[in-house]
Amino acid sequence: MIPAAFEYKRPMSLEEALSHLAQYGADARVLAGGQSLIPAMRYRLAQPAVLVDINKLPNLGYMKEENGMLCLGALVRDTDVEFSPEIRSRYHLISDVSMVVADPIVRFRATVVGSLCHNDPSGDWAAAAIAARAQMAIQGPGGARVEPIDRFLVDSFATSIGEGEMAVEVRFPVPNALTSGAYEKIERKVGDYATAAAAVQVELNPDGTIKEAGIGITAVAHMALRVEEAEKILRGQKPTLELIRAAAEEARKIANPNPDARGSAEYKKDMARVLVGRGLIKALKRLNVVVA
Amino acid sequence: MEITLKINGSEKKLSVEPRTLLVHAIRDAGLTGTHIGCDSSSCGVCTVVLDGKTAVKSCTMFAVQAEGHEITTIEGMAQGDKLHPLQQAFHDQHGLQCGYCTPGMIMAAHVLLQHNPNPTEEEIRFGLSGNLCRCTGYQNIVKAVQQAAQMLQQPAGAAADD
Repeated sequence: MIPAAFEYKRPMSLEEALSHLAQYGADARVLAGGQSLIPAMRYRLAQPAVLVDINKLPNLGYMKEENGMLCLGALVRDTDVEFSPEIRSRYHLISDVSMVVADPIVRFRATVVGSLCHNDPSGDWAAAAIAARAQMAIQGPGGARVEPIDRFLVDSFATSIGEGEMAVEVRFPVPNALTSGAYEKIERKVGDYATAAAAVQVELNPDGTIKEAGIGITAVAHMALRVEEAEKILRGQKPTLELIRAAAEEARKIANPNPDARGSAEYKKDMARVLVGRGLIKALKRLNVVVA
Repeated sequence: MEITLKINGSEKKLSVEPRTLLVHAIRDAGLTGTHIGCDSSSCGVCTVVLDGKTAVKSCTMFAVQAEGHEITTIEGMAQGDKLHPLQQAFHDQHGLQCGYCTPGMIMAAHVLLQHNPNPTEEEIRFGLSGNLCRCTGYQNIVKAVQQAAQMLQQPAGAAADD
């Protein structure tokens, strides 16, 4: 399958990329890893008139901690995250996700920021960004702005990025020693869309009660969702199996999946519940809290 | 548009459209060892190596994007008549039946071994999980990668002892 014809731009600087995006507006798409965009173009689900390839832009492949945030530039590939010992030892949720996105070959090209911009209803990174309370740094004609992930992710395949704008960085809060997370995903086979998946992050108080919880579910609604009621149930409480069951049940309630070959709506809703529960148990275990 | 791709060490001047996929450009350059399988980024038979350490499904990259990169295909693995250890190991272990997936498997395994020269069986299965084989099952493919890992770790000139 051959994509529709397009005009190809290969800017060598961010300024040049932004000027192309400003010039072509809605006709232009940013090409980063291309692991969702190129397949969509082959299927003619996307037919952008202009592609602005940002792969030659300097200084967008960084991973750095700054002001309490882990900052990933727009050209950080999933494998950069997956192969990083620092990420593996300290960022449990992000590390989990980086090992199950698509398949190992796709992860060499796919970018974290690109996945968030694509905002596929089954996207892995969107659920993780919700649970970790990430932020997106965006540049455009009006200058730079930073947006919390909940405002950034708008709808299926839609974000708050406006015409002429480009996401340049995603920021994840640096977890402290009392914070852990996990990503639980059911897929029929590697590389398939998730049947259902859940991202969780938990921060404990020194007394062992839950200070803060973040829960995102994906592949079970029109887009990745925050399970706010579950977060409320967990906050301030001592982690017990009963509490986790109650929180996980909230995921089942808000999940609104389409039935397909991966399962019925009822099954997927129930898997959202199961995976939130498993994720919470795993995250707590990583903090040496065994809930049984 | 005119582009120059460096494939297996030699420069190829090609005339492509921006929408030309890398796999088509490679095959049009006469290197038909890189196969086209699913056309949907799923099967991995079109896997090639970019800059030595990165595997890419060449159906999911535009040819024009490969300018300035070193591309390695299955044709670039052997040294003259001497098969690359991965090729030799796939031969020795019968790591193929119809052979359609083999070039992609070998290129993916090549990159896997760059990052992890001594992988466990589980790590091999994980690392090759983006590459599909529809006929053998994966047992002999995994064995071949294990053998290649051993061969590559032996000092140059040492003979295989079994």
